[in-house]
Amino acid sequence: MDLSAIDPMLLLASLMAASTPVLLAAIGELVVEKSGVLNLGVEGMMITGAICGFAIAVESGSPMLGFLGAAVCGALLSMLFAWLTQYALANQVASGLALTMFGLGLSSLIGQGYQGIKPPATHDLNIPLISDIPVIGPILFQHDPLVYFSIALVAAVWAMLKFSRAGLILRSVGENHSAAHALGYKVVRIRVLAIMFGGACAGLGGAYLSLIQVPQWTEGMTAGAGWIALALVVFASWKPWRVILGAYLFGGISILQLNLQAVGVNIPVAYLAMAPYVVTIVVLVIISSDRKRVSLNAPASLGRVFHASH
Amino acid sequence: MRPIKTIAAGIALAVGLGGAALAADKTKVGFIYVGPIGDGGYTYQHDQGRLAVEKHFGDKVETVYQESVPEGADAERAITQMALNGADLIFTTSFGFMDPTVAVAKKFPNVKFEHATGFKRADNLGTYSARFYEGRTVIGTIAGRMTKTNKIGYIGAYPIPEVIRGINAAFIAARKVNPDVEFNIVWAYTWFDPAKEADAAKALLEQGADVILQHTDSTAPSAAAEKAGNVITFGQASDMAEYKPRPRVSSIIDNWAPYYIERVQAVMDGTWKSDDTWSGIGAGMVEIGEITGVPDDVKKEAEGIRDQIAAGTLHPFTGPLNKQDGTPWLAAGETADDGTLLGMNFYVEGIKGELPK
Repeated sequence: MDLSAIDPMLLLASLMAASTPVLLAAIGELVVEKSGVLNLGVEGMMITGAICGFAIAVESGSPMLGFLGAAVCGALLSMLFAWLTQYALANQVASGLALTMFGLGLSSLIGQGYQGIKPPATHDLNIPLISDIPVIGPILFQHDPLVYFSIALVAAVWAMLKFSRAGLILRSVGENHSAAHALGYKVVRIRVLAIMFGGACAGLGGAYLSLIQVPQWTEGMTAGAGWIALALVVFASWKPWRVILGAYLFGGISILQLNLQAVGVNIPVAYLAMAPYVVTIVVLVIISSDRKRVSLNAPASLGRVFHASH
Repeated sequence: MRPIKTIAAGIALAVGLGGAALAADKTKVGFIYVGPIGDGGYTYQHDQGRLAVEKHFGDKVETVYQESVPEGADAERAITQMALNGADLIFTTSFGFMDPTVAVAKKFPNVKFEHATGFKRADNLGTYSARFYEGRTVIGTIAGRMTKTNKIGYIGAYPIPEVIRGINAAFIAARKVNPDVEFNIVWAYTWFDPAKEADAAKALLEQGADVILQHTDSTAPSAAAEKAGNVITFGQASDMAEYKPRPRVSSIIDNWAPYYIERVQAVMDGTWKSDDTWSGIGAGMVEIGEITGVPDDVKKEAEGIRDQIAAGTLHPFTGPLNKQDGTPWLAAGETADDGTLLGMNFYVEGIKGELPK
């Protein structure tokens, strides 16, 4: 057992990259849930984004087009969910689960013929000068563009929710859709837009897996990342910055576990695999234990069907 | 309403009977896979075997398969379904299907079952496996010769005898040609999860490994190695030729086709008997993929070892060998018996780290 064999610099750097898919999907789902909609289809949208992004990148030769296409495909798939829950007024939990299963099947259908192909490479951004700073350089400044994009996106979502009028409206729709409706806000339209944003983010997260992290297409490759993203939103108690913290914590656990094994430390993997969910349950218990902590709680209209005629 | 219903029932009955009559002419062969057929590795090779059966027998055979069946309770349901649908012979292709297969075989005495890599048999349940460890001796030799950092990373799926045997075989071969070699072993606890396998490969590379061996099914470790550059990998179960000539420098290929054809033929002839088949390089069940991207002398040495194993003049587990804790296992010149190999639950001397329980 030689812990010095683990290089903390490399560990932190690979942790940031490994957490990015979950981070992207979670920040999208956070916006969806802030608008009062619970979309359990994250896994399905992620894997659809993974194959769409992969296919487009392979056909066009451009990873950037692939990411763009993945976001569009994720948003398109989420529109199915939006139609079911916002116009057909279907149950959100059932529709979301159906979306996950549909996405898994659809992706393996599209993926026929894309197995064993190598995608065009996405290059790391090596920013001159600052990427050469010792310690901080390799950890922070030698990643691919998507890592920076995901962090910028979290910052943007935070600023939007906290400071902008649009954020205030989104939150009001999520807290009390009847009141928002009475004030003249288009509840359904706002929610559809939020759902599409969530779909696009999940698609991007999936494409990060298939184009950068693995990088190749295999059926079922998201392997539960979408569910971790859902748990993460609860863990973060619907606060954007805590999503980053949670994503790096969850990502860190899985990376650290592999590194520990490689130097010969044995920790039962089952504990680490269930850690994200255990932590999420603990957070749920804490936020529901006390009235004073009610501000930590879920948007009040989360998961409830909105019917304009009421 | 009533006449329509009666007619409908009559048609359904006629179609059902007709279907049954047609099916009786054909031998129906089922396959239960642990991963998707497009994994490019283990399950892909089994499916190539299934396609070979179809090609060989043409109209006389009908094959069905179910992919991505989880190991555990769900497997029993999948196998039962296949037996109920009239399969004559069912191949269950992963170690974790062992107990479900035993349970279903008890319920369907007229259906023949074949379970891959297991050790439980019955009158209508045989087992088959390939001596993959013979291949690991060959690629372990290449790994030992090629490593510059003397650190070889090994991604294992589960700590079961099958995988432990492979680690030991590769380690013994690598140490033989390079006494300074060390193995870093990571358990992924999955046969197939590309993201996890890629992360495992990266963790090993970060700790200085420049050769990655894998006993998981996807090509993700090769993709990670290619990105890192100057690292070599080996195809697992399938040739993984898209990573030729490097990082993939050779591969262990499972060739199930001849065995599947032979067993289907036996069922057709009525000569099928439950038995235990364990074949290696010599019988052609294990093949070594083309060796690329290494110096000629390394290639020649590896091919020499492959041919010696095929001819039966070299056994991968030949003494003197000690277990990890230093207790003697095989005396000089002694070779391991199949029973010990099948139940192998210890590392050989020199491997660092503890075997998970």
